[in-house]
Amino acid sequence: MHFTRTVRVLFGTLTWLVLAFLYVPLIIVAVLSFNSVASLAWPPKGFTLHWWRLAAHSSGARDALMVSLKTAVGATAIALVLGLLAALAIHRFRFFGRESLNLMIVLPIALPGIVTGIALNAAFRQVGFAFGYLTLIIAHATFCIVVLYNNMLARFRRLSPNLEEASADLGAHTFQTFRYVTFPLLRTALLAGGLLAFGLSFDEIVVTTFAAGAGLETLPIWIFRNLSRGDQQPIVTVVATVVMVMSIIPVWIAQRLTSDDGPLTGGTR
Amino acid sequence: MLIFYVGSLASLFLTSLYRLNEDGSGIEKVIGLQNYKELAHNSVYLDITLRTLKIAVLVTLLDIVLALPIAFFMAKVVSPRFRRLLVAAVLVPLWASYLVKAFSWRAIIGSPGGVLDKTFGMSPNYGEIGLVIVLAYLWLPYMVVPIYAGLERLPDSLLDASSDLGAHFGFTFRKVVLPLLMPAIVAGSVFTFSLSLGDYIAVDLVGGNTQVIGSVVFDTFSADLPFAAAFAVVPVIIMVAYILGIRRTGALENL
Repeated sequence: MHFTRTVRVLFGTLTWLVLAFLYVPLIIVAVLSFNSVASLAWPPKGFTLHWWRLAAHSSGARDALMVSLKTAVGATAIALVLGLLAALAIHRFRFFGRESLNLMIVLPIALPGIVTGIALNAAFRQVGFAFGYLTLIIAHATFCIVVLYNNMLARFRRLSPNLEEASADLGAHTFQTFRYVTFPLLRTALLAGGLLAFGLSFDEIVVTTFAAGAGLETLPIWIFRNLSRGDQQPIVTVVATVVMVMSIIPVWIAQRLTSDDGPLTGGTR
Repeated sequence: MLIFYVGSLASLFLTSLYRLNEDGSGIEKVIGLQNYKELAHNSVYLDITLRTLKIAVLVTLLDIVLALPIAFFMAKVVSPRFRRLLVAAVLVPLWASYLVKAFSWRAIIGSPGGVLDKTFGMSPNYGEIGLVIVLAYLWLPYMVVPIYAGLERLPDSLLDASSDLGAHFGFTFRKVVLPLLMPAIVAGSVFTFSLSLGDYIAVDLVGGNTQVIGSVVFDTFSADLPFAAAFAVVPVIIMVAYILGIRRTGALENL
């Protein structure tokens, strides 16, 4: 397709501006974590690793990191199993209520996080669950499943049913076909979905606030609580940088694994 | 899991009908509409709802304006190789910590002493304008992705046909591209609108004293769960009405 030079240059420039708009704030946080002055003051005065050392020895931040990791691993594990099964069911079978089921699975991403959070909180109270790891992991799993589901469905749509039919024709029973044919084809999508779910769970804050109860503190909650405390500010920038890197790296890998499935969607707050 | 999620929404409605007991120490499970009456009678809550709606609309419009050129550039102008890279470049910040991004904007628009203030000598500072910019920043990828997907489905031949018939680019964009993109834009707006309606973290970090639905729900949640639940139902109603309203545009298939 042909565009005039003016159109190309104009749209190119706008694109670069928007990309800068997207990335500059991320870079600023990382830069501030090495700032030798203990505040959010700009421009940075000098380079120091002091805050990184302090953050590494901050027991509050370390405990929160462990909570975040455990939660993310638990929620991702649940989401891997249930997300795969849900996508398999929706893709493979035609059953009553299929369309509404499909709509309901994406519901958690269409409603604001605070609604999901307070709804889960109310539900846990009704059922009488004590707030803790269990409630936190269940809450995170609800939105992690959506990510897995979307990724798996995108992969299923790309897979040819011929392969499974061929396997069956050659005498494999259902389980063998799944084990030796379908699963290997799904592996990268599963891995990518798992990484995305992990990244998402790792930096989630809204649902966490409502589902964790008083005793548990994930890294984002720790950041949020310490933001207003001036003396903690530099350590917060360090932890923020860590959280950012921890959520971007898995996503970057996931993106490479599934670049043929179309853009990754189904994020949620 | 799904039953659990839908069950939670039901329990949200149920809780919103409860009330606090006399001394405010616990929740009395008596069904009544008093929380909704309070919401309807106290004009503060109407103001807050309208303000939240206004912010959500502004954020959505700003995101449409920002997303259109980058999505068009990605889908129609650049080479396929470069396109893959751009798609990744837009999507990666989407998954970067939302809290960290909002936090970063705190350092950027703060005045005096923030990055904008030091670099350009002016800054919106914390408040409604700053909040709209930050929310638009946070949700931008949610708008870019559906518009990009919509543009990918739009055949190049339509653009060529329009320009062969003598239309210049601006005309083609307005009369051919935009109408066909409407479902995709509306689909993106579901995200930007919904996310803006429920936010309280960015509001807390960069909103100054701005009060929105999310911040009220968050503030009242530990003291008066039934009331917070009732106010949380308001964005649900708005979103359901919005989704029903746009169903005809075919936008839901683009979600």
